[in-house]
Amino acid sequence: MNIELDINGRRRILHCAPDERLLITLRNHGYTEVKNGCLEGECGACLVLLDSRPVNSCQVLTASVAGRQITTVQGLGTLHQPHPLQQAFVDAGAVQCGFCTPGLILAAWALLQENPTPSDDEIKAALDGNLCRCTGYVKIIAAVRLAAQRLQALHHSTNPCRE
Amino acid sequence: MAAYSIVGKSVQKIDALSLATGTSRYTDDFELKHPLHLKLLYSPHAHAGIIALDDSAARRLPGVIDVFHFQNVQPVLHTTAGQGYPEPSPYDTVLFDHKVRFIGDRVAMVAADSEAAAIAALGLIRVDYQLLPSLFDPQKALEPGAPQLHDTSRFAPIGAKYDPQRNLAAEIEIAFGDLTGGEAASDFIIDETYQAHYASHCAIEPHAAQAFFDEMGRLVIISSTQVPFHARRIVAKVCDFPVARIRVIKPRIGGGFGAKQEVLLEPLVALAALKHKRPAKLVLSRREVFQSARTRHPVRTRLRTGVDQSGRITFLEMDSLLNSGAYGTHALTVLSNCGAKVLPLFNKIENLRFLGRSVYTNLPVGGAYRGYGATQGYFALNQQIDIITRRLGVDLIAWIKQNHIREGETSRIFEALGEGKAGVTQNINSCKLDECLDIGAHAIGWYAKRNQRLTDGDKVRGVGLAIAMQGSAIPLIDMASAYIKMNDDGSFNLDIGATDIGTGSDTVLAQIAAEVLSVSLDKIIVLSSDTDQTPFDVGAYASSTTYLSGGAVKKCAEQIRQQILAVAARLLACEADALQLRDGRVVHSASNREVSFAAIAEHTLYAHDQFQIQAGASHVADQSPPPFCAQFAEVEVDRRTGRVRVLKFVSAVDCGQAIHPQLTEGQIEGAVMNGISYALTEEYRFATDGNLLTRSFRDYKIWTTADLPEIQTFIIESHEKTGPFGAKSVAEIGINGPLPAIANAIYDAVGVRLYEAPFTPPRIYHALQRTGVV
Repeated sequence: MNIELDINGRRRILHCAPDERLLITLRNHGYTEVKNGCLEGECGACLVLLDSRPVNSCQVLTASVAGRQITTVQGLGTLHQPHPLQQAFVDAGAVQCGFCTPGLILAAWALLQENPTPSDDEIKAALDGNLCRCTGYVKIIAAVRLAAQRLQALHHSTNPCRE
Repeated sequence: MAAYSIVGKSVQKIDALSLATGTSRYTDDFELKHPLHLKLLYSPHAHAGIIALDDSAARRLPGVIDVFHFQNVQPVLHTTAGQGYPEPSPYDTVLFDHKVRFIGDRVAMVAADSEAAAIAALGLIRVDYQLLPSLFDPQKALEPGAPQLHDTSRFAPIGAKYDPQRNLAAEIEIAFGDLTGGEAASDFIIDETYQAHYASHCAIEPHAAQAFFDEMGRLVIISSTQVPFHARRIVAKVCDFPVARIRVIKPRIGGGFGAKQEVLLEPLVALAALKHKRPAKLVLSRREVFQSARTRHPVRTRLRTGVDQSGRITFLEMDSLLNSGAYGTHALTVLSNCGAKVLPLFNKIENLRFLGRSVYTNLPVGGAYRGYGATQGYFALNQQIDIITRRLGVDLIAWIKQNHIREGETSRIFEALGEGKAGVTQNINSCKLDECLDIGAHAIGWYAKRNQRLTDGDKVRGVGLAIAMQGSAIPLIDMASAYIKMNDDGSFNLDIGATDIGTGSDTVLAQIAAEVLSVSLDKIIVLSSDTDQTPFDVGAYASSTTYLSGGAVKKCAEQIRQQILAVAARLLACEADALQLRDGRVVHSASNREVSFAAIAEHTLYAHDQFQIQAGASHVADQSPPPFCAQFAEVEVDRRTGRVRVLKFVSAVDCGQAIHPQLTEGQIEGAVMNGISYALTEEYRFATDGNLLTRSFRDYKIWTTADLPEIQTFIIESHEKTGPFGAKSVAEIGINGPLPAIANAIYDAVGVRLYEAPFTPPRIYHALQRTGVV
């Protein structure tokens, strides 16, 4: 069957099986930045934003999200135009093997959109569904903190009249 | 300490932005044209012979191309351990056998046009098993009449003690001094037994491999491997296909921790591709990784130590029984490291015996896992010294300072315990363990909190300490090499076999080259781990990359430096030794003249007497300088429920010069979290038939951000004269402390000694009840 989706701001019509999971559909169509770590909804490597809400794409049937907006980490920023949150992950040393990174960055972005100045506990709660075996999470928390500061500074500098 | 321009700086990790934007590719991200999808059928029985296997129904299924099993695949005895050659692991494995030895052992492999067809076909393969008695208890493996897993066709290629008829995958025994005299001289003896448990590496990227043919008909394998060169060699042997026609490429790797030091999937994709002249891919599911890939070897360690009233250890006996599971991969070397990486720490012990035995059981297979035996050995030793010093009534830190190995000293263990051959005599050049102890003790508040049992209702706090050393590569066995050439604009290609599996070693090695050549990091273009394009390196294991591969890169860069200086001397008409490299230029300070690298490259490539500035270098080390660490845990034990909370964990690590402090910290922090979660929640639980019950992240709990305690990490820099810019290693050591430090902290809190891990609430609760604390 064919399903129409908005992926990273582009309208796409993707072919998939009726019982296919969104993770598989996305990867089959070249969105390999969405990672498959367990296919059981436990590791968060396949996390994408569905209408700006974080979901594990391995637990979503593609056919059930027809017409909706999907954001992968490439929708946030690219190698040539990275998002400040991606740059913060790089600068804070939060990227080791990088396999969990796309999911973590999207989970963090979902948090920062709702709560631009999260506490460490709020960051920890928001990222709880994303497993990372390399970093011990210390620098991931630091990266989100750093991104929040930078985004706030950016916000204030571009909107001097606010607040 | 020398001032470096790029070494010691936390520059941007060169692949980080590519990874953070999802641009970099891992093995499963490469799209092959019409690949064969491979799926494996696993044994449902712990121990059985295969009487009959009928694949006809599976073959009739549309889309199924082939079914591989013992009836149609050549049985080539090998080991899956990606180690130096000949591998010091028994050759006890074939791709498909007529016997299965654990639930999860391979029975057959389907190759199909689609993944769905491959999965469907698995259910159509009919296998008749003759059940055999199973062996689950490693302590019974050596008993007469125990079920025998392997027959006498199996052998160990390096002549270690190996006896498949007794389920003995490896045995090591060393002794020196006078044990009887040591026992007589003791005032008391502590004799305890500690059980370290199974664990899964849980790299978030599951194992994956793909194979295809290039335009010249050579076989290309893309693999999530830590050991591309070993993988090429083992595939050539198992598939009887020449090394010259195989190319192994390591793309980005989603974590390894030892799991991917195994050559598990590469021969299978090669087998299918070679037979059908088609690309083939195999990606393991998480459940397959838990059950059928590799694990941390469980080790039961009995320690007997005699102590006199002065606090001297008069003798030590260590008896390590390693459960190797169904196959003997790393069975000898992990066993050896239970002693070799642990016992030299207290080198004043004159009377010592180490007995190690690895045995087969019908359970999941052990393998390389960060820490590699040291983790298991230190669990025992660090609790033992906690017990000893409590009995003596002396401060643990003061006692450690009196007894640990120091700069200029050696241990007889170094030469007695090698990895499949005699070890190498070593003197310690750098050891800042005292500083690690002091800084860590201060950070945790050791003297304010120790023995205080701060109590809040049912909750009691305690602090515990563990120390460790590791190594840096395997001396006189491991080899690394590097190649560098200079480009037109004064940039350099650095080609290295060293295998970045997420550690950041590409960046660290580029820093080493950049430091020698006095250029910024963007002038070093790194290509790593492609058996066609890069020189040999044993791969990412044994804490070797920074020290050993870094040594090769430094040597290589120094040769390039000499070539640059020679050309510059001609161009500037002066002596080479009057010149200095400075930020991409060669400078003659006396005359204030200079020539840029770009001008030098242009001259050598295009002017006259042209040549390529290029060099290759190899490095073998006759030392394996240990990093040292002291790690402290503060815990809170709930006496009512047995639940343990880690409140704070402090690590102070002497790893020589940290080439990239941020990545160094990252190595320690990652190892610490893995170690804490291993100590408290990670567990392989089995059904009575030997089936693994904890084979998803739902049942096998690794820690997340929500569990994160306060983690503090101190890098205590020292200068290791044999390492590149003074560096040692850091990848493994940090995982050794959490298990014993937390055990010691629990004892400090509630007076309960935990000899068996993990420290789950039921285990602690029952221990509390037994000791009458509640």
